[in-house]
Amino acid sequence: MIKIMKQIKPALVCLVGMTILCGVFYTAIVTGIAQLIFPWQANGSMITVRFADGTQKEYGSELIAQEFLGSEYLIGRPLGTSNLSPVSAEQSELVQTRIDWWHSFDPDNTAEIPMDLVTASASGVDPHISPAAADYQVGRISQARGMKESEVRNIIQTYTKGRFLVFIGEPAVNVLKVNLALDGLL
Amino acid sequence: MSIFIWQNLFFVVLLVGLSIPLGIYVYHVMIGKKVFLTPVLTPVEKGLYKLMGVRDEEEMNAKEYTLAILLFGLAGLIFLWLLQMLQGFLPFNPEGLKGPTWHLAFNTAASFVSNTNWQAYSGESTLSYLTQFLGLTVQNFVSAATGIAALFALIRGFILKQQNTIGNFWVDLMRTTLYVLIPLSLVIAIALVFQGVVQTFGPYRVSATLENGSAQILPLGPAASQIAIKQLGTNGGGFFGLNSAFPFENPTPFSNLIEVLSILLIPASLCVTFGKAVKDGRQGWAIYITMMIFFIAALILTTMSEQLFGPSFEGVASSGNMEGKEIIHGIGASSQWAVVTTAASNGSVNAMHDSLTPLGGLVPLFLMQLGEIVFGGVGSGLYGMLAFVLLTVFIAGLMVGRTPEYLGKKVEPFDMKMVCLIVLVPPLLTLLGTAAAVVMPQAVSWLTNSGAHGFSEILYAFTSMANNNGSAFAGFNANTVFTNVLGGIIMLLVRFIPMSAAVFLAGNMAKKKTVAVNEGRTF
Repeated sequence: MIKIMKQIKPALVCLVGMTILCGVFYTAIVTGIAQLIFPWQANGSMITVRFADGTQKEYGSELIAQEFLGSEYLIGRPLGTSNLSPVSAEQSELVQTRIDWWHSFDPDNTAEIPMDLVTASASGVDPHISPAAADYQVGRISQARGMKESEVRNIIQTYTKGRFLVFIGEPAVNVLKVNLALDGLL
Repeated sequence: MSIFIWQNLFFVVLLVGLSIPLGIYVYHVMIGKKVFLTPVLTPVEKGLYKLMGVRDEEEMNAKEYTLAILLFGLAGLIFLWLLQMLQGFLPFNPEGLKGPTWHLAFNTAASFVSNTNWQAYSGESTLSYLTQFLGLTVQNFVSAATGIAALFALIRGFILKQQNTIGNFWVDLMRTTLYVLIPLSLVIAIALVFQGVVQTFGPYRVSATLENGSAQILPLGPAASQIAIKQLGTNGGGFFGLNSAFPFENPTPFSNLIEVLSILLIPASLCVTFGKAVKDGRQGWAIYITMMIFFIAALILTTMSEQLFGPSFEGVASSGNMEGKEIIHGIGASSQWAVVTTAASNGSVNAMHDSLTPLGGLVPLFLMQLGEIVFGGVGSGLYGMLAFVLLTVFIAGLMVGRTPEYLGKKVEPFDMKMVCLIVLVPPLLTLLGTAAAVVMPQAVSWLTNSGAHGFSEILYAFTSMANNNGSAFAGFNANTVFTNVLGGIIMLLVRFIPMSAAVFLAGNMAKKKTVAVNEGRTF
């Protein structure tokens, strides 16, 4: 019992000390440096568009997906997460409704639909699609906008990021940035 | 497929390359040798000892060491519970979040104190910034340091001869935090912010979407600082609900590489530390290589399963199982992470494990059910593995009819009792927890998937909690009184029973003489 009492003070003081050190000081130092050197990233990588008349407008974060439904826009992955087993009957049904949606949305397109357009992501707000998924939509977008396919492709190319160090991760097209560029805002 | 081989080969080479110098550095910290940070940190260290009334040269026996661990854990548990319950009245709460229910707060407190970081909540909709950085970030540090401290004690048990003491817990805890965890976390946190991880005390942002102008809420917070230590300390609890799948936690392939490397960095380094400390590098490498063999086999199985055994649909181009995966990570980095996070007792995710292919999801379950010893948690993974080594030496000794020895120490009945506590408590509690959950009448209502996969959601949940991992088949609705209370108790038992056993094992080993090792003694 005496031994327990003897250790209570160090336990409490140590917790307070660590809370100040790891909770307050450490967090404050990281925040300070982050806000000083990388303020744009630290505050959410927001896309701000400045107009000719000097006004500016925020169009969300380049890291968080937005919903697009118009045929003149590049369309991203289904929003939300399913947590379904990929081989379950529920998942097949869900994927089938997405396949049907794509076919009725773009009836002239007979190419195979890329997998990522009919499956939900991990975050539920995946801001990217695969280059194949962007390519699949080029014909439709150029028709809806009366633009040349090569122009659409160029814009997609501009906002495609390759792998890190050639082989780490996967290439990805940022949907929001492509759509902002298509609208002439980027 | 070949790109996945390059990705994983690069990862393993980087991991081994970095773990050697770090392992040696940690050894120097453990024995109190001067390192490059000593001049800066000594005043802080000594000052804290003074406030605590601790003399750093005063050593503890196993009982005192265990008592210190338990009291420190208890203090953390109570503080974290109170902080959550009171957060509605406290500052740094720009979204005005009220406190969670008592049982969710208990589960979360138990989860972070036990280095599990199982989360029955979503950070952005439940916890204030204050709770996150003053409560969770701190436990991310100290629960990791506690695991490493217990390992230091066990290592000393093997080195010391006829001694009653095995070091001072407060010194081990403090030195690990100050010299290892904080400096590494600082560097990694800044690198993560550079890649786009958020770090601010400002409120959530609301902005209008491009196509229809509807309001979109973007949750923010001091995330990068917590994420750095969440990975380094094999904690794994996300700042945001969707963990490292959420772009604000892990925005690029580079941030992903930093994070996934951070998960295994310290557990791998500690194998090197061990070899150095027992003055026999081969012992460290034997364990390192054993772990690596399990790890690589798991990596191959999961990656192949995700790439080849995913479903195919009529009219859709086949490209592996992309359900529950992010584009930037794809099959390769998602499978890699799933294996890394369950080999280590980390439990953060960058893909939804519930949506892995059947074989792809079995591998993480297997890695956890081994008892988190394939690298495992920082400290706890290696003392768990050492328990398995002693078990092996003991069984092999019985088979050839010799007194079993390890590192010159005889392995006796008391040691084997402690080993059994380390090895058997996690599987026992996995079974009991799962069994209790499946007989609950409302169990089916907690599930997203039906049939056998629904059962796997329950089994995964209790496997994860009873091995201090923290990852989930997230379709399982964990925020119920039953799971919060039972799971909370399981996480605490499974953390502190094996840890105490490891320290008592250390105490008993330290008391023994060393027998000279000769060729005749195979073990």
